[in-house]
Amino acid sequence: MTRTIKALALLLLLAPLTAVAGLRVFACEPEWSALAEEIGGDRVEASSATHALQDPHYVEARPSLISQVRKADLVICSGAQLEIGWLPMLLSKANNPRILPGKDGFLEASSMVRRLDVPDSVDRAQGDMHPQGNPHIQMNPHNIARVAQALGKRLAELDPDNAADYQARTADFLRRWNTAITRWEEQAKPLAGSRVVCHHKSWVYLEDWLGLREVTTLEPVPGIPPTAAHLSALLAELGTDGKGADMIIRSPFQNPKPSEWLQERTGIPAVMLPLTVGGSDRAKDLFSLFDDIIERMLSARAGSRS
Amino acid sequence: MNTRWFYLPLAWALSGCPLTMAQDGQTPELDLLREEIRSMRVEYEARIAELETRLEAAEQAAAAKPSAQGAPATAAEPMSGYEEPAMMSPQTVSVARDSSFNPAIGVTFQGQAWAFDNDPGDYAIPGFPLGGEAGPAPEGLSLAETEISMSANVDDKFTAMLTAPIVVEEGEVKFELEEAWVETVGLPASLAVRMGRFYSAIGYQNSRHFHAWDFADQPLVYQAFLGNQYLDDGLQVRWLAPTDFYLEFSAELLRGDRYPAGGAANSGFGAQSLSAKTGGDIGFSNSWLLGLSWLGADADGRASGSEDDPLYFTGDSDLLIADFVWKWAPNGNSRQRNLILQAEFLWRNENGEYSLPDGATGPWDVDQRGWYAQAVYQPFPRWRFGARYDQLSSDEPGSWWLDTPLYPMDSDPRRYSLMVDWSNSEFSRLRLQYNYDSAGEDADNQFGLQYIFSIGAHGAHSF
Repeated sequence: MTRTIKALALLLLLAPLTAVAGLRVFACEPEWSALAEEIGGDRVEASSATHALQDPHYVEARPSLISQVRKADLVICSGAQLEIGWLPMLLSKANNPRILPGKDGFLEASSMVRRLDVPDSVDRAQGDMHPQGNPHIQMNPHNIARVAQALGKRLAELDPDNAADYQARTADFLRRWNTAITRWEEQAKPLAGSRVVCHHKSWVYLEDWLGLREVTTLEPVPGIPPTAAHLSALLAELGTDGKGADMIIRSPFQNPKPSEWLQERTGIPAVMLPLTVGGSDRAKDLFSLFDDIIERMLSARAGSRS
Repeated sequence: MNTRWFYLPLAWALSGCPLTMAQDGQTPELDLLREEIRSMRVEYEARIAELETRLEAAEQAAAAKPSAQGAPATAAEPMSGYEEPAMMSPQTVSVARDSSFNPAIGVTFQGQAWAFDNDPGDYAIPGFPLGGEAGPAPEGLSLAETEISMSANVDDKFTAMLTAPIVVEEGEVKFELEEAWVETVGLPASLAVRMGRFYSAIGYQNSRHFHAWDFADQPLVYQAFLGNQYLDDGLQVRWLAPTDFYLEFSAELLRGDRYPAGGAANSGFGAQSLSAKTGGDIGFSNSWLLGLSWLGADADGRASGSEDDPLYFTGDSDLLIADFVWKWAPNGNSRQRNLILQAEFLWRNENGEYSLPDGATGPWDVDQRGWYAQAVYQPFPRWRFGARYDQLSSDEPGSWWLDTPLYPMDSDPRRYSLMVDWSNSEFSRLRLQYNYDSAGEDADNQFGLQYIFSIGAHGAHSF
């Protein structure tokens, strides 16, 4: 009996540790925690499982993440199997009924948008395949607008007392976001038709948005690191006159050596683009992320090597 | 999508309505609706502009093409790289098929080749008669278990998992049942209950499947104290504490039919365990896990030692395990470079009586302990290098046991291991391992080659 009382007392002592006002949002990637902060403001406490210098495909189901998912009111992830290697383990270990797929507390961002690169058939001989299409949807700001609407509605459902506030904040975000999109599309006009070489197929949504043409990738098949043989073949294909493509793109967590090697020999500028919020010094929020991407591409296109 | 199109004219009318009081909507709903429409307009304008550009480019390409081919330029050729990408609408309706509910199925193929100085059939550690599956792999080329796994949600409250290895033992193909459990999904109060056959949650290495081990064999402490890996039938309850850091407790009630338990003592409730685990991160690059577990097992005529002349133990076996794992990966990108440090300490007390093959029975109350520490380093993608040290030690069991397999050697049993493995992807691994094993009467050089390949569904690994 006294043992039960002691246990209860311990629980009561621990309870204040977790009492925080507002909704706790666990985002798999920084773009979604940034979006949750835009739309939830002070009413949400958002954290991201990964940071911008980390490859979201390969993360360990760390103990700290299990305890974060345990407390979450909403889990928002890109989905489309991007997090297949770790999110299922977190969801099953966190013992949290609110955030299981199918519940209001789980939001898969990629299910809100038109997915590209959906394969007709999947075979692991082709590398890391995503049967539901390319998961890096955040690279088209129109997709972010769609996810923002879904997220706003979901926050309003989870916290109905403040529904009007989430609606107002969603509207305000979309107003600023649409204005920014118009500006970016104007700025990016010179980029249309640019031929790009990508390290990994992380940029198909950016290509689709800005009308870029992907010439080839540094990875021989998705998820398999660039090999010397593959790079030599690329060198032969792209030539040494700097005209084989307009730029070579990689994200901050990808090894810079292959793209720099190719830049040296082909004369095609290699450029690092932030793949999410925090990926560069300038990309501090969703707005500055796209400002930075477009500026980096424009300066690469103008020939100045970054 | 459809519902939005339905609202479109309505919203347009509202937003343009002269009766609307202010430019900025007075209600958030109207405001939001207006911005949603604008989002759609901006998006569709962009798509229309993109299509127009493509049309223009295609027209130019068609015009530039000389019509010497005879027929007038037929359809505009799509520019390379501009093919309409495959699409999937958000509301894709999938046609229901019987196979839609099939469980996720995976198969792991495992094979090995071992060479020993000594005959592995005679392998024994004096003072630590081995039970369960413990002991060296077969000499020469052989298949290790070929593991079939299936898992799926049962319904909204339960999920189930089956792991059934196919093994070849003395030329006979056997279908075994390794794990077969059902677990609750979404119980309140951060609880989870697992029932069926499963690897006990004690220690760090115990619940890891063969294909996820960092060395081709188990540490000596697992061989000596847990029969290689403790697996049993029973019930497991886990509770995740409501703390900001990771803290999990689990309790198990088990049948007690396997080493270190035996004979399903206590009417088939022969073993219990308790464990606590905690862990966290230090910066982006380091994370750790610390665990403490206890296993209490009743043994009723538990067999160990040589298969032909086994020793039988009846009594209580208590085991304490402290485990520690530290993982380092620069910026959390373990795919590029990482280091895993892992160590476990085990203490065991067994109190009861042992009977020898000749029928003689004597009292037994002995403390034994042991530990291992290992480091596995991946300096660049695909390649990993590892080193491991094992040690056991035993109290003196009394001169009654002199000249029996239960009397330990003067020096503590030790083993040193080195390994290197290469993984083309997460689904394939080739490994080379060397052990210098001085745990037996004569030191042994052991060389192993191993492959691990998996196809089909492959569940996410735990930390």
